Amino acid sequence: MTLGGGVESHFATDVAFWVIAASTIIAAIAVVQLRDLFRAAMFLVVCFLGVAAMFVLRRAEFLAVVQILIYVGAISVLIQFAILMTKDVKRGNPYNRLRLPAGIVAVLFLLATSFVAVNTKWNLIDDAIGGSGAGELVRITGETLDAQEVAEVKAEVEETYANTISKVAELLLRDYFLAFEIASVLLLASVIGSLVLVRER
Amino acid sequence: MSLENFLIVGAIIFAIGLYGALSKRNAITVLMSLELMFNAVNITVVAMSRYVVPARLVSDDGVVPLLLTGQVFAVFIITVAAAEIALGVAIVIAIYRNRETVFVTDATQMRY
Repeated sequence: MTLGGGVESHFATDVAFWVIAASTIIAAIAVVQLRDLFRAAMFLVVCFLGVAAMFVLRRAEFLAVVQILIYVGAISVLIQFAILMTKDVKRGNPYNRLRLPAGIVAVLFLLATSFVAVNTKWNLIDDAIGGSGAGELVRITGETLDAQEVAEVKAEVEETYANTISKVAELLLRDYFLAFEIASVLLLASVIGSLVLVRER
Repeated sequence: MSLENFLIVGAIIFAIGLYGALSKRNAITVLMSLELMFNAVNITVVAMSRYVVPARLVSDDGVVPLLLTGQVFAVFIITVAAAEIALGVAIVIAIYRNRETVFVTDATQMRY
């Protein structure tokens, strides 16, 4: 069962996923390991681009564009400005005394989350509307759906994932409108705050 | 390519970011590691939004609000991350102006 056309189960998509995942993880390791801060920031850009590609693979096209505009375009430039303004080449990018405990904590976290991710029985959408698990579809009120209603839900799900951009816009500007406006106030507050912080006295 | 693949990729990137944020002295590297962690969470949220449904799928408004909530959350996570990095960079530059250092181990006035 694939949603929104057969692209998602194509062999080339699988290959693309593994290439993107590998390069994103390698770039993330480079961000932490490289001594030269400027190169680390460049690898951060590679990592952001990989994450944007993963968003496209998972039918989040709007988020992929936002990711490239905000992370690749704005945040990485901000970080590079910060690196240039505080250039401290002599001392490089050393570790503090917590290197070993931090590594242990990170590995434990990775093991725990991977264990949970693999061993949880997820309520997968492809199973729910794929036919075998049709009985799992239940209304909020509690009644189970019959075959025709399941077919309608299936059509709606496919239509949702075929054009997520307009659906996300609907959600943002209708259901989550208040949070959307408050987010803009938060951005304004943070811009004013950073201006006050770096102002020359 | 399944849900578990995306969750594990997200977990690996989050673990790398956690390691960097805890073990580095340079405040800018700590900020970059924080961004890695935000991105890992976004991967997880978007994958969840594509694969996982609540047990009761159909509400009165149809299925769209239940399916794409994860993507809306990711939009807000990106917003908060942008606000955080702007303030973080401003604080790092303010510390550098006053104390000529960007190392978190050197900014110890408020310790004890």
